[in-house]
Amino acid sequence: MATMHTKSAARAMMAPAVIALLIWMAVPLAMTLYYSTLGYSLYNPISTPFVGFENYSYFLSDPTFVAALTNTLILVVGVLCITVGGGILVALLLDQDFYGVNIVRLLVIAPFFVMPTVAALVWKNMMMNPVYGVIGQFLSSIGLQPIDWMTDAPLLSIIIIVAWQWLPFATLILLTALQSLSEDQKEAAEMDGAGALSIFWYITLPHMSRAITVVILIQTIFLLSIFAEILVTTNGGPGSQSTNITYLVYQQAISFGDVGAASAGGIVAVILANIVAIFLVRLIGKNLDA
Amino acid sequence: MARRVSPRRKIGMTILAWFVGLLIFFPILWTFLTSFKSELVAISIPPQFLFFDWTTENYATIQSQSNYFHFMMNSIYLSLGSTALGLLFAIPAAWAMAFSPTPRTKDILLWMLSTKMLPAVGVLIPIYLLFVNFGLLDSRLGLIVVLFLINLPIIVWMLYTYFKEIPGEILEAGRMDGATLRQEITQILAPMAVPGIASTVLLNVILAWNEAFWTLNLTTSNAAPLTAFIASFSSPQGNFYAKLSAASMLAIAPILIVGWFSQKQLVRGLTFGAVK
Repeated sequence: MATMHTKSAARAMMAPAVIALLIWMAVPLAMTLYYSTLGYSLYNPISTPFVGFENYSYFLSDPTFVAALTNTLILVVGVLCITVGGGILVALLLDQDFYGVNIVRLLVIAPFFVMPTVAALVWKNMMMNPVYGVIGQFLSSIGLQPIDWMTDAPLLSIIIIVAWQWLPFATLILLTALQSLSEDQKEAAEMDGAGALSIFWYITLPHMSRAITVVILIQTIFLLSIFAEILVTTNGGPGSQSTNITYLVYQQAISFGDVGAASAGGIVAVILANIVAIFLVRLIGKNLDA
Repeated sequence: MARRVSPRRKIGMTILAWFVGLLIFFPILWTFLTSFKSELVAISIPPQFLFFDWTTENYATIQSQSNYFHFMMNSIYLSLGSTALGLLFAIPAAWAMAFSPTPRTKDILLWMLSTKMLPAVGVLIPIYLLFVNFGLLDSRLGLIVVLFLINLPIIVWMLYTYFKEIPGEILEAGRMDGATLRQEITQILAPMAVPGIASTVLLNVILAWNEAFWTLNLTTSNAAPLTAFIASFSSPQGNFYAKLSAASMLAIAPILIVGWFSQKQLVRGLTFGAVK
């Protein structure tokens, strides 16, 4: 009897959270699916005829979509390479014995707490401006031509800004994994005559592989939805050079008022994210048993 | 733990590590310095590092010209409001999952996590239209509810991993000693649960404070938090470097300090317990 009682009590305790999330997920998503089959413009909301898959074929055949998809992939992969590669190096560095390790740690993780709009505007104006930016001034002081980042390399600029924001996250997680590696193992390898590089390759890296996977998957989820950094720096341009899927959908909806096409784009974004999410959920689910 | 190393190596490492640390921190440091410059000094060529006339006029201007305080209060309302609402829903749920797990608990947890992976643009249009229809656009209440829902999975997960570490035997021991339910909660459970709840609150406040998709899309002025206020500097005000810097410092300083205190919990919260 007692267990029956606790079971229903447990169910009652979980219900509010489960129901809230169920509504949050199911209702808007169903509405997006529905809108994606309508010819629905915000400028003419009276007539919303059913158009079937027309929005999808319109959205998917738009050359901007191909550009946005490519940009999204470049953005995600570029940021991942910098943050995972850089994160491993910085984590190895922070794991060393040196003076002021706690302060350096604080300096390194700080960018993670900077809100996206601040990060993007500080980089755009004060770092990357070709005339007044620090990078431009540094380049001219050593006799090089300053780069007009936002015009000539918009996507690279956004990759740099976003990578700066996410490097601390990767570093922190990889450092946590690194510090759980037992010294004995490394010492034993050293006794056997292994060099620093082979210790890293055969012991440290395999030990970190799980953490690296987690970093890649979690970051990918967030990186697929980069938005604010693009909005306040390049507005997706010049042309569509720095437009990603998220920004394209936003443009369709807010700038062009095309609810139908934007909804179709939203569904495409959901499908893309789900491909990643399946792997992540599986990985975390495995960990839950352990 | 780091091993004993030769003093020379330690000094070399110190120089390298501080160089890398300062390099990564540089944009924030530069923003901090620029916020105390006059607009003219801020764009001087070559840039001036430390030896300029320090002034606090930018901070005063930010408040008087654009009512900074209004946006900051919105950020505080949104982050605290959504976190409070989140705890209200998540504490019972996480509690039940940790202490009376059923075979389906794991599936529910993973399902909750998967809702977090739904990209925001997938539901932007319906949420936007619903907000328009219900007059919630640019209202704090509407945004609090959205921020609460997007962070609810993380709150449940974090609390779950913390609650699971509370040994169930301790409750039975308390009962044996004749503790009433009230005593059980206030004297045994609460002290053990508080640290986990506190870390969860910190992380969630950080996430809500910095959220920049919904806050930018669903507000214009009335409910706009600091993320939206700073976005208004994108043009042409962004040319005023010193004022942009002062506004930026004010926007990030509180959360930077909170973040520095909660760095350990960050790993746990953001990896859903997959890395501890």
